[in-house]
Amino acid sequence: MNHQNTLLSVNNLKVYFRSDDTLARAVDGVSYEIRREETVCLVGESGCGKTVSALSILGLIPQPPGEIAGGSILFNGQELLGLGDEDLQKIRGNQIAMVFQEPLTSLNPVFTIGDQIGEAINIHENIAEAEVNARCIQLLTDVGIPSPAERMSAYPHELSGGQRQRVMIAMALACNPDLVIADEPTTALDVTVQSQILKLLRSIQKERAMSILYITHDLGVVANIADRVYVMYAGVIAEQGSTENIFRQSQHPYTQGLLASLPTRSKRGQRLHSIPGTVPSAAYKPPGCPFHPRCPHAITRCREEYPGMCDYGGGHLARCPVMFKNDQWCK
Amino acid sequence: MNSANHNILQIKDLKKYFPIRKGFFQRVAAWVKAVDGVDLEIEEGKTLGLVGESGCGKSTVARMILKLLEPDEGNIIFRDQDISRFSEKDMKPIRKEIQIVFQDPYGSLNPRMTVGQSIEEGLRILGIPRGEKRRGRLEKLLKTVGMSPDSADRYPHEFSGGQRQRIGIARALSVEPSLVICDEPISALDVSIQAQILNLLKDLQDQLGLSYLFISHDLNVVGYLCNKVSVMYKGNIMEYAPTEKLYEHPFHPYTQTLLAAIPEPEPGRKQAAITMREDIPISAPPPPGCALQGRCPHEAPECRDEKMPFVKVGEDHFVRCWRVGQNGVARYEP
Amino acid sequence: MIEESASPPDYGLEQPLAPRRTRLEEFWLLFRQNRLAIMGLIIFILFFCIAFTGLLLTSGSDPVFDPSLVRLQEKLRAPFSKPHLETLRPNEIPTLGIYLLGTDDLGRDVFSRMLQGAWVSLTVGFVAVGISVIIGIFMGGIAGYFGQRHIRLDQVLVTCLLSAGAALVFFNQAKWGAVLLVLGHAYIFYLLLMRLIAVRKIPPKRFELLHLDTISIDTLIMRLVDIMLCFPSFFLILTVVALLPASIYNIMIVIGLTSWMGTTRFVRAEFLSLREQDFVAAARALGVDNFRIIFRHMMPNAIAPVLVSATIGIATAILTEAGLSFLGFGVPPPHATWGNILSDGKNFIFDAPWLTFVPGFSILVVVLAFNLFGEGLRDVLNPKLRERH
Repeated sequence: MNHQNTLLSVNNLKVYFRSDDTLARAVDGVSYEIRREETVCLVGESGCGKTVSALSILGLIPQPPGEIAGGSILFNGQELLGLGDEDLQKIRGNQIAMVFQEPLTSLNPVFTIGDQIGEAINIHENIAEAEVNARCIQLLTDVGIPSPAERMSAYPHELSGGQRQRVMIAMALACNPDLVIADEPTTALDVTVQSQILKLLRSIQKERAMSILYITHDLGVVANIADRVYVMYAGVIAEQGSTENIFRQSQHPYTQGLLASLPTRSKRGQRLHSIPGTVPSAAYKPPGCPFHPRCPHAITRCREEYPGMCDYGGGHLARCPVMFKNDQWCK
Repeated sequence: MNSANHNILQIKDLKKYFPIRKGFFQRVAAWVKAVDGVDLEIEEGKTLGLVGESGCGKSTVARMILKLLEPDEGNIIFRDQDISRFSEKDMKPIRKEIQIVFQDPYGSLNPRMTVGQSIEEGLRILGIPRGEKRRGRLEKLLKTVGMSPDSADRYPHEFSGGQRQRIGIARALSVEPSLVICDEPISALDVSIQAQILNLLKDLQDQLGLSYLFISHDLNVVGYLCNKVSVMYKGNIMEYAPTEKLYEHPFHPYTQTLLAAIPEPEPGRKQAAITMREDIPISAPPPPGCALQGRCPHEAPECRDEKMPFVKVGEDHFVRCWRVGQNGVARYEP
Repeated sequence: MIEESASPPDYGLEQPLAPRRTRLEEFWLLFRQNRLAIMGLIIFILFFCIAFTGLLLTSGSDPVFDPSLVRLQEKLRAPFSKPHLETLRPNEIPTLGIYLLGTDDLGRDVFSRMLQGAWVSLTVGFVAVGISVIIGIFMGGIAGYFGQRHIRLDQVLVTCLLSAGAALVFFNQAKWGAVLLVLGHAYIFYLLLMRLIAVRKIPPKRFELLHLDTISIDTLIMRLVDIMLCFPSFFLILTVVALLPASIYNIMIVIGLTSWMGTTRFVRAEFLSLREQDFVAAARALGVDNFRIIFRHMMPNAIAPVLVSATIGIATAILTEAGLSFLGFGVPPPHATWGNILSDGKNFIFDAPWLTFVPGFSILVVVLAFNLFGEGLRDVLNPKLRERH
């Protein structure tokens, strides 16, 4: 792979959460990379470690109870793990920005949105007041807020949910970051607004030539926005590949099960395929392949041995040797 | 709408306004029209989908059907009985017939009661004496929803979201209802669990002949599960049609937008452009006329004047829009 | 080399996720981490044991420790001093052989008196708080659950009628009083009758005024709470106690009747939020009656903050009782309480400081222990600290 082109690479990241008597391996050896100017989706169910792995990029894991148990995170060739708070502060917002799920709680209710976007600029750049204002208005225009100059003095509660999320995106864009991490930014929004926000993210990504790490559980959204997809299950990457690979030639039983279990109108009257059982909690993961208790193809070896990634070529990898050609056990 | 006798539930012009109180004396400053004239009908043994975005009043409708909220106006006719003015005492026999499954599997079970105790409340209402017989019924109920019988002695925090939802369904079934209101029963669940619960709901309908009012914001799920669909927006039903018709030939601009916005799990598929503007919260009382005004791409002057009646545009197909004519021909460029 | 296809687990039998750990175990696990609270708990248990054994040992016709035995020749002896055996009759010799905590100005053994006083403090604390919690839960429950209902004008009028009647009877106007009382009861009877006969009646127009809504139950109860909180409660208690005959029971009741407001507020707040919870809606949808919803479904969820405030309330009640006894309004002598030992000792604070220090320090330790235990409970019961499985 072209390393010049890699913006962020996460290698074998392990994040554990320790409590009195349990060790929750929330992220258990996860590797992924984001190239310049691409949108990567981390998709998985709640508790699979997708948010934790993203938060650890920005050093936002509370320690304790969390601990980074291993791995490395390289951003533009710079190791982010073990970086001091001050150095991280320079990267946060400036080079990597984040958009959260809940736009109402991520905005401070007592400041106008102009203040909040202006502050995001002021932290990292030392420029005159008037220029800050102009930048804010420009940003609000870019994210599609109508009459931005007036909206500058609005308070968060005066905006709709979709507009608040647009403001959050404007704040994230304030310092022209190379990477925007979007953690379920549309989950709290209505479908009509969701599709507009997705459209906005796509166009911004193209215009500004930045990368997006998009975290979601919604496969519909993934199909809509992603260039490449990483499917996470129980703290590990189950399958990775281009959006085409994942949706049309998925090789991991989990991905296949997820896709088959989506209810659509075309499946009316039929029974839905369903993955039996429940998602294991991070503290009590089964040995071997974490998916084996729910897997229709599991063999004895799956229960004992942790499977490796099988390469299907073209960047399409799946962590399931059983489905792989010639039945060879990948390492 | 036709009021045939095979409807288990029929709702006519249901209204609920909530007061906004202000000032020291808590005077009523304005009214929020949470539900503003809703008509629904649910056929015996069938599923009606009630689709709408958050805050459109669909849960308020559910609570009024259950008489957890008193309706301000309108009729709720359950099996030829208008229950909208029933007192608590009159409702006693009806309560067993209509049950609800909630969205949040964490808030819907009492954390201080075991699963068994929660479900047994219903069996107690049915008058099944404590002891062997009740325990047997309890275990049977748990098996019906796919839970092991020894779950009965556990507390809710020992279960996952999907399992709790099964328990919630078992509690609803405990009084042997004929109509179950499912208020977003799967939207708080993980993707891989959603299909399990949908299958369970479908199986139960087949086995027990239940009728469902399925409330959801997810058009994929509604399209999969429901026989007929009502689309709700800001307290009004905008369109009502059998599922196929609604998805194939939506008349109302709002329905069209909703359908266009469905995120399809198919890569490369071009999303239809959405021309509807975003909603802006207004503090002032909403203007008369169509609830969609200000957002609708096909807005015309007549939309601002008065509320459109619910117009029949085809068999079992009703639309509330000034710009859709009686003959079902849209008077705007689609 | 696919060996065998392991059969997928039978999801017909969904099993719980988390390992079996009861609520109590979880509670203890969290509580254990709070050292101060554990200390409070230990002192609390110790205090309970001492008070209970104290009651057994100091009561009866021939107690093991006699708290009211006067030995004037042995007055103001320091702690740990040996008695002058030659001056004492055999029954006057202290049971332990020494004056463990000294003697007071009448030569009474302070240790025995402290033992007797411990039981008073304990019962005053528990009974007073018990009364206040019962009233508080009742009032708070009504305000929280039925709060939105309004009191009708006719209900207000009948209440006025009945209380006026009762007042007249009280002031020897039996004839007119009886008339008013009969009228009031007749109206109540009429209302009940109407309810039984007419199931869904629409009141006739001319009665509409009587059915006018006045204020909500919530407003009524919460304003009453506000009024009660306006009084400086200690002086209120002082006034009431001064009017009533001095007895330990009166003090308990008075303290209980003036300290229920906090509990009411807690319970109301809890009920208001619980009422909106889905599981309460589910219970109502099942047709469970209001009484059962309040006590079976909601109360167990609302009890935690009440428990905390009750624990701290016990400390306050003990302190109030000690204060009253100190001022001479408390339990009448010769019965010993920590407050009146302290009060007796204040005249000899330089000659016999132990008379002040022993009860003072005991009150401090016990009150502190209850407060620490209460705070610990609050921390543990705080849902934010509990992890959700």
